[in-house]
Amino acid sequence: MVERPDDPSMAAPREEVAVEVAGLHKWYGDFHVLRDINLKVLRGERIVICGPSGGGKSTLLRCINRLEDWQRGRVVVDGIELTDDPKRILAVRRDVGMVFQQFNLFPHLTVLENCTLAPIWVRRMPKRDAEALAMSYLERVKIPDQASKYPARLSGGQQQRVAIARALCMGPNIMLFDEPTSALDPEMVKEVLDTMVELAGDGITMLVVSHEMGFARQVADRVIFMDEGQIVEVNAPKEFFSHPRHERTRLFLKQILHLAGGSGPQPLAGEPSS
Amino acid sequence: MSAIGDQSLLYVRRSPADRLPPPAARAGALGWLRTNLFSSPANIVLTLGCVLFIVWAVPPLLRFFLIDAVWSGTDPDACLASPAQPHPGACWAFVRVWYSYFVYGFYPIGQRWRVDLFFLALAFGVVWLLRLSAPRRDIGALYFFVVLPVLSFVLLHGAPWIGLRVVPTALWGGILVTVVVATIGMVASLPLGILLALARRSEMPVVKLFAVIFIEFVRGVPLITVLFMASVMLPLFVPEHLAPDKLVRALIGVALFASAYMAEVVRGGLIAVPRGQYEAARALGLSYRRMTGLVILPQALRVTLPNIVNTFIGLFKDTTLVFIVGIFDFLRTIEAARADPKWAAPTTTVTGYVFAALFYFVCCYGMSRYARNVEARLTRSDRR
Repeated sequence: MVERPDDPSMAAPREEVAVEVAGLHKWYGDFHVLRDINLKVLRGERIVICGPSGGGKSTLLRCINRLEDWQRGRVVVDGIELTDDPKRILAVRRDVGMVFQQFNLFPHLTVLENCTLAPIWVRRMPKRDAEALAMSYLERVKIPDQASKYPARLSGGQQQRVAIARALCMGPNIMLFDEPTSALDPEMVKEVLDTMVELAGDGITMLVVSHEMGFARQVADRVIFMDEGQIVEVNAPKEFFSHPRHERTRLFLKQILHLAGGSGPQPLAGEPSS
Repeated sequence: MSAIGDQSLLYVRRSPADRLPPPAARAGALGWLRTNLFSSPANIVLTLGCVLFIVWAVPPLLRFFLIDAVWSGTDPDACLASPAQPHPGACWAFVRVWYSYFVYGFYPIGQRWRVDLFFLALAFGVVWLLRLSAPRRDIGALYFFVVLPVLSFVLLHGAPWIGLRVVPTALWGGILVTVVVATIGMVASLPLGILLALARRSEMPVVKLFAVIFIEFVRGVPLITVLFMASVMLPLFVPEHLAPDKLVRALIGVALFASAYMAEVVRGGLIAVPRGQYEAARALGLSYRRMTGLVILPQALRVTLPNIVNTFIGLFKDTTLVFIVGIFDFLRTIEAARADPKWAAPTTTVTGYVFAALFYFVCCYGMSRYARNVEARLTRSDRR
């Protein structure tokens, strides 16, 4: 079982901090998209961020590997403070894997080449080692037989699993998932979530922007609710779903759980291995 | 409501539908004719019109260029009307006599083997580089971009220390010059164009401004102006002994002109690459150069390949404009030959121009076919 402190503050003594966001503000033109975000993510912690669209969830996630810059505040990842210095940015990105809503596989490369590109060119790994590594991760996401195909020949669920394998090939300490199942057909959501549940069992630090409440309930150490560029509520999943503290959270949960069939978050097939 | 419900129930399947082979297409030549040429009244009219046009136009052309044509003869009289041939056709004898002039210009006759060797080396390099199935294309690229330029310079210009006498570029001419200008223009314009396109999309304002000014200025000026500036104005700013050769000046002008166009073509390809590709590459920790070289450019050049070849074809034909600065390219040699009063038969001019058209067409069509091949191959390999 995943360790789940009921009180989020109890997580504090656990080891070191993987990501620290302090007083983060970001504007798109006049639009204040992130307002005073403060967040500490501990190593090995699994965090699900949810909230209405336009609330700044993805933007916050993308600040952590500096795909977005910000105007005020600081972000420290694995002890490296992100600044304009390209060396720091590259160092952080090497350590932080990211999975996108639209998969973003490289269409001109085969599945295997997608996975070996960064290990070969960024980690300077010999080609043979990189391929062996990539195959081991493709086996973990259960598509080793597709290795020589081009991404366009794969289903959405398969593409997203390749994207996860591609990120894992860099051996990241932290994984960011930006709505990884939102672009998938319903019958493919589960295969991707199962992969993520399995990954969560490995103790990698995960930040997941998602509306999959079943996943949040099963895997998350903390659930963060964001709205209008602010963190409205941070809570342990059990508390979050049964006793949301904030009125706005209550309304949001009511809306999305109603959409899911009104029967509350559905558990996934496999419990995470401990 | 219930009636509709009952009705739809009638369509519930009781057994699985068999898989059937697709129906045979309407076969036979007659079927093809009917669907493609005679499917509607308008189509019938068009078909008949085209047939009539072909019947009207093709036989006279065949008669003039093949049947009545004068194929042999070493003097102009062969192409003049005489009792034996009251209506002489195309004067291919003229092309045969002047052929070596068309190919080499005034290149000294004893040294022309060097030009032949250059053509061979170039053809070898082109095939090695462009045949996708050729072995070790990395060495092929090295040969084409490093060895071949040096070899060509030594061969064509000469190197006294190994016994090849110097042939000044003023003596070069004909197809030799056209091939040299076109090849260097293409080979230089692609990398330059890529750099300019990247610069124009750069976030660094100075780099971007430079690229925008260069591209817009060069594109906004006719090639003839660029050539004039390169050949007339450049010497005004550079001391005479440093002024580059006339052909080199024209080459620089053509290359810069073509690279401005190429930059816009490549930029179109860069725009077509989705933002997510940049983000995925950056999220993996690839530096700007790696991201550009490994992820963005391969995709951008792929979608823009037809446009690149289009630009190359345009450039190939634009090389004819170098005559304006006194360089004897292929078309200019034909001009010179047809103006020779000795060959003042009425048919020589037409024949000369048709010969030139044939040459340009074969080269451009070859490029076009090659590009279609590569496109088909790329489509097969990575699309559904």
